[in-house]
Amino acid sequence: MADPAVLSQLREQLRAMETQGFRRRPSLPFGLGAIDSRLADGGLRLDALHEVAGGTSDMADDCAATLFLAGIAARAWGPVLWVVRRRDLFAPGVAQVGISHKRLIYAEAADDSELLAIMEEGLRHRGLGAVIGEAKRADMTATRRLQLAAEGGRTIALLLKRPAREGSDPIGMPSAAVTRWRVTSAPSTPLPVEGVGRPRWRLALARQKGGEGFEIEVEACDATGRCALPSAVADRKAVAGGSANRHAA
Amino acid sequence: MAREQEHACSVPRGGGWRPGARWAREDELGQVALPPVARQPAKHEIGRRDEAAANPFRAMPPDDGGRPAFLPELAREGPSRSKLGEESAPRITSTRNGSRIEIAAACPQAQALGLRPGMALAQARAQVVGLDIRPADPEGDRAHLASLAMALARRWTPTVAIEGDDTLFLDLTGVAHLHGGEARMTARLRRMLARLGYSARIAVADTPGAAWALAHFASHRPPGEGRGPESHAVSRLALDPGFRRGDGLVVAPGRHGPALAPLPVAALRVEATAIELLDRLGVKTIGQLAAMPRAPLVRRFGAALAARLEQASGRLPEPLHPVVPPDPIAIAQRFAEPISTADAIAHWLGTLVPRLVAALAEQGLGASRVELVAERVDGVPQRIRIGLARPSRDGVHLLRLLLRRIEQIEPGYGIDALTLHVRRALPLGPEPFTERLDEEAAPDIATLVDTLATRIGLDAMWRNRPVESDVPERSVARMDVLDPPERGGVRPRIDAVGQLVRSAALHPWHSEWPKPARLLRRPERLDHVIAELPDHAPRRFTWRGQPHRIVRADGPERIHGEWWKHVAEAAYVRDYFRVEDDAGRRYWLFRRGDGEHVETGDLSWYLHGVFG
Repeated sequence: MADPAVLSQLREQLRAMETQGFRRRPSLPFGLGAIDSRLADGGLRLDALHEVAGGTSDMADDCAATLFLAGIAARAWGPVLWVVRRRDLFAPGVAQVGISHKRLIYAEAADDSELLAIMEEGLRHRGLGAVIGEAKRADMTATRRLQLAAEGGRTIALLLKRPAREGSDPIGMPSAAVTRWRVTSAPSTPLPVEGVGRPRWRLALARQKGGEGFEIEVEACDATGRCALPSAVADRKAVAGGSANRHAA
Repeated sequence: MAREQEHACSVPRGGGWRPGARWAREDELGQVALPPVARQPAKHEIGRRDEAAANPFRAMPPDDGGRPAFLPELAREGPSRSKLGEESAPRITSTRNGSRIEIAAACPQAQALGLRPGMALAQARAQVVGLDIRPADPEGDRAHLASLAMALARRWTPTVAIEGDDTLFLDLTGVAHLHGGEARMTARLRRMLARLGYSARIAVADTPGAAWALAHFASHRPPGEGRGPESHAVSRLALDPGFRRGDGLVVAPGRHGPALAPLPVAALRVEATAIELLDRLGVKTIGQLAAMPRAPLVRRFGAALAARLEQASGRLPEPLHPVVPPDPIAIAQRFAEPISTADAIAHWLGTLVPRLVAALAEQGLGASRVELVAERVDGVPQRIRIGLARPSRDGVHLLRLLLRRIEQIEPGYGIDALTLHVRRALPLGPEPFTERLDEEAAPDIATLVDTLATRIGLDAMWRNRPVESDVPERSVARMDVLDPPERGGVRPRIDAVGQLVRSAALHPWHSEWPKPARLLRRPERLDHVIAELPDHAPRRFTWRGQPHRIVRADGPERIHGEWWKHVAEAAYVRDYFRVEDDAGRRYWLFRRGDGEHVETGDLSWYLHGVFG
């Protein structure tokens, strides 16, 4: 294993070369150490493109990916442009993860190329906090354009990718996105009584620039767009050594 | 007399009425027997009733004291009223004068029933049942008059002046022959105004004062000797959009003196106190006034009365203040050699737009619609229109929008000239700074909206607005992207009952109740549902051919039909459940009906939304 100091130094040099010496890279952390520590930038880079897809082609996973995106956009700073292909977003549901209806602007695109063009306009405007799009086909060229449009600004570009064909993997296509996520709905947090608890998702970071992929199960976004770690991970009983520490304290 | 009795008695003829039974049935008869619009005149008016009913547009007597005000709303609906005939109620507008609410203007039908401007509204209500009363809108009337003056100044004569609230002066000097003489011009003008929905009183005379007096106070029968030679030295026309019909009154040159003589003194536009005093002195008409020596007149009444008299007779000048129609802004560039490449067009646009911005800045305007006209050699102009969500004179932004559309120009054999027309402009003054200096200025979305609107159109962009409704489909409404965000709402009055509740108003979208991320366009029917009645969630169901086994469920959330909006929904009930299947997928289902009463629904199950 190489020395981490050398690695980070090399990373810095590479970054300086890639972006003409522009150093400040504001990023949007999840606030969960388990995720942020494994992301190359300590969070989602604000001036970059991120792709999210549902784990399966099921509509429930599509909705999970939608809310994951909405939660990220809710934690960004300004108005949000959501470019849709069909008008089935339910605004009260989107508002429940923290995007107030006053922040959200919708635009409807007739096809994928128009959608990507609108996203690019939104990114170049520099007055938006986030731009979200729902596309089926976005190839390397299109995503590269989006990535370039996002660079230098503070507008996070989020692309919800849907399978172009039944059964195809939307994340598998080559893309210039910095991170690529796959969201699958998982059984909700068990409650001691009858009822549906807080929803959970299986997050899979399929690829990221400058880092490894990983999988983790999280609790879905709350009213401010923040995910949480399931209690089984965060507040688990200390199996080995934990009880001894407590006794000692 | 028989007719009078017939009207006085409110019982329908042949309706089984017996004299002895009237007291017993008076109430219901009083309701059913009134005419449909309840045009019940006062007793002393009954003799006039048939006259009034004959024609709602019947001309009112010319010496009818009250001066009809300029009422575009009333006048505009004239034609429809004439078709409906007597079906429409007499219409008046009301205004508040101190503590008293009075009639601002009355339609001819209402005037025929004895309603006069200045009458108390309560008296009018008591006198005529079923009045159509609308609030007066003096600002709107003035705006209409100003726009009418602007239109006349563009089309009819260069000098148009607005006088008071209801009169326009048109200077016809050297213009009348273009419209076929004064009489014909008057008729044309009247027809044009009728098409716009105005009725007008028109008089042509040598001086503005005389024209004003004749338009307002003369009886408009076609004057016998009025058709004089059509080349006047100075002839002016006063236009009063009032209620008179018939041809205008054209006074021959030099004959306005005799025409003015029989008119009342009030036709001179003098103060009411002077008119009252003159009336007490026995001076009723302008003729009597003109015969009096001027010096005592000035000593008694001041110079104003004498000046008005001399102005009307033409011995003193009365200058007009004409309205000036704004020149449309157009920046043109002609080329010695035709251009045809996109680069050349872009280059010349780069020089035209700053000139356009300078012209806009000079007039303090911001363009909201701009049209680029490229004139081709073969005479087929190429047009590009751009719209701006907010008026702007930001050159960079305008240029960016124009350059984006260059590819839509077909240069053909070449372009001779480029012209930028401002099709619509609005005042654009200096903008204030943001109120707080310590935080970042809110980014301006308008430029983004313009850019996107040129690509996808404004209809494809929207914002959502909460609507107070529990039915999911109705809880969201669209609104424009650039609607001003609402500020806090209306502050309730200090004694309002709502003040007793101190808690903040609930948001229409209940944040505590989970709502799906996506809602199906219309609920989809579920098959093979197994559920316990009356209020259990389904155990399993099949949606789009795929079976789901339910592990957890929340509900029901009962939503009743909105009977206050649609009567048909009165009994309608939906029971919503939030369910989760064994794979962790969460759906929003509902059942029609409450499971107990048949009329609330047929117990069929639907899937309406999907949670994340």
